[in-house]
Amino acid sequence: MSIDVKSLTIAGAAALLSEGKISAVGLCQAYLDRVAAVDGKVKAFLKCDGERILAQAAASDSRRAAGKPLSEYDGIPIGIKDCIVSEGESCSCSSKILEPVVSPYDSTVVARLKAKGFIPMGRLNMDEFAMGSSTENSAFQKTCNPWDIDRVPGGSSGGSAASVAACEVPASLGSDTGGSIRQPAAFCGVVGLKPTYGRVSRFGLIAFASSLDQIGPLTRDVLDSAIIMDTIGGHDARDCTSLPDACGGFADAVITSRGGDLKGVKIGLPKEYFESDSSDGVKNGVQSAIDTMKKLGAEFVEVSLPHTKYAVATYYIIATAEASANLARFDGIRYGARDNSAEDLLDTYFKTRGKGFGDEVKRRIILGTYVLSSGYYDAFYLRAQKVRTLIRRDFENAFKQCDLILTPVTPTTAFKFGEKKDPLQMYLADIYTIALNLSGNCGISVPASLEEESGMPVGVQFIAPAMAEEKLFTSAAIFEANRAEKDLTATL
Amino acid sequence: MSTNINIDVGYVAQLARLELDEPTRNRLQHDLESILGYIEQLNELDVTGIEPTAHAALLSNIWRDDVDGTSYERDVMLKNAPAVIDGELVNVPKILPGEEMS
Repeated sequence: MSIDVKSLTIAGAAALLSEGKISAVGLCQAYLDRVAAVDGKVKAFLKCDGERILAQAAASDSRRAAGKPLSEYDGIPIGIKDCIVSEGESCSCSSKILEPVVSPYDSTVVARLKAKGFIPMGRLNMDEFAMGSSTENSAFQKTCNPWDIDRVPGGSSGGSAASVAACEVPASLGSDTGGSIRQPAAFCGVVGLKPTYGRVSRFGLIAFASSLDQIGPLTRDVLDSAIIMDTIGGHDARDCTSLPDACGGFADAVITSRGGDLKGVKIGLPKEYFESDSSDGVKNGVQSAIDTMKKLGAEFVEVSLPHTKYAVATYYIIATAEASANLARFDGIRYGARDNSAEDLLDTYFKTRGKGFGDEVKRRIILGTYVLSSGYYDAFYLRAQKVRTLIRRDFENAFKQCDLILTPVTPTTAFKFGEKKDPLQMYLADIYTIALNLSGNCGISVPASLEEESGMPVGVQFIAPAMAEEKLFTSAAIFEANRAEKDLTATL
Repeated sequence: MSTNINIDVGYVAQLARLELDEPTRNRLQHDLESILGYIEQLNELDVTGIEPTAHAALLSNIWRDDVDGTSYERDVMLKNAPAVIDGELVNVPKILPGEEMS
């Protein structure tokens, strides 16, 4: 049968593969053809090695022919953000300083995907070292939003979101430090999950801010998000912040909840998130989602997260402090690019790092170095850690009154290239996503509607207490099945 | 927290081992002053007696069994080094001024 990638999900592809209607080679070829057809416009991929992918697909078909598939998903391709390492593939983090590096090993998430037969497909563009909200900070290329190529896909997982929205892959992995999965998912009209901190191993994720970073899936629907989470989640001895708790059964929970409603589900609307300026398109999208869920029996209550206005400032102290330490290892000595014009070791550091990092990375390293420097540590860093406690308590208190929290994901829909030139303006656009990384809660961005004026997608964010992914998935899936806007496929 | 924004980007860049040309330094100086001005609002909060949160995963003292295992092969790990000596050492630029190492 001919394969229409525009209508395929992971669950759909798995069914066709198990029925023998398609082969893994046919499936991967269809996605590679799609990449060849549209990625010249979208520019989501830094690299995509078709030969390697097809060889793995052929191996998958052999396993299936022998009656021994690794799982029902054996042979399904998945895109990988360039900061998540995969053996034998580059991992530049869209930075010149890591451009020559080839990973000698698999990250835990990639190893777990491979163990189920998923085929890593290509390296996806991102803001350099995941620092940014538009993917304009990539050292190599600007990824376009498949809904309107004059607009950004969001960031930092812009390549991950755009590739799924453009149907170049059925799903992808991204990483979320302050909204970097959920915001591009909202901008591109796909589903993006930031799991509870510690749910997914960070082994093999090139660190930006270690206490905030979390890997998660970008998919076309909630069920696929649950399928990927079942695959990548759970304890890993190689990440000492990995939670010991069992993590799985999410896809089954979503399937069981099908046809259900939201009776008995109490959803909090944090007043601070609705007082601040959002565009009319975003407000209407969130309101339509609330209306849909009311019809499904959900009860809405107003809650308060009083320290919301301090979240961005807190985040940019903590994240940059951690980044300045994490990125100190990129010095041109053990791996990556080295500037050979330098006179001595110290000069090698200066020149390698001066040439290897882009402006935004330098800006954040300097801010992080400053807030950790002698005389400023208590005033900035320690104070921010204390405010982080207050932000975490805000969520704990709010969840005494509700099961889930519903918010906008972004103040506006996807903006145009070059529209946000001032770095602070760019940071402030993260206001709705950033607090969850500080608190560690899980959240999922689900497409809700299309903005009337621009035709761009609007997302809503469901937030759950730590470890409550199952509630997040089932409620988001019930909403998704009932939302007014049915067709959310970008027309490229 | 001081209410005076006082950052010398050139000096901090030295600490962070970043070479900046003058236009970049001037641009970043301006950006950092604006960002720090925004961050200053944390001064409004009274944080007396509040414990700092260093991590979202409330775990402590993670131990593993002390068992030996194989790590990655040296030649595999050295493949990414920009300069290597005899396939077994990372070649590092001169550290001290003076004679070349023989």
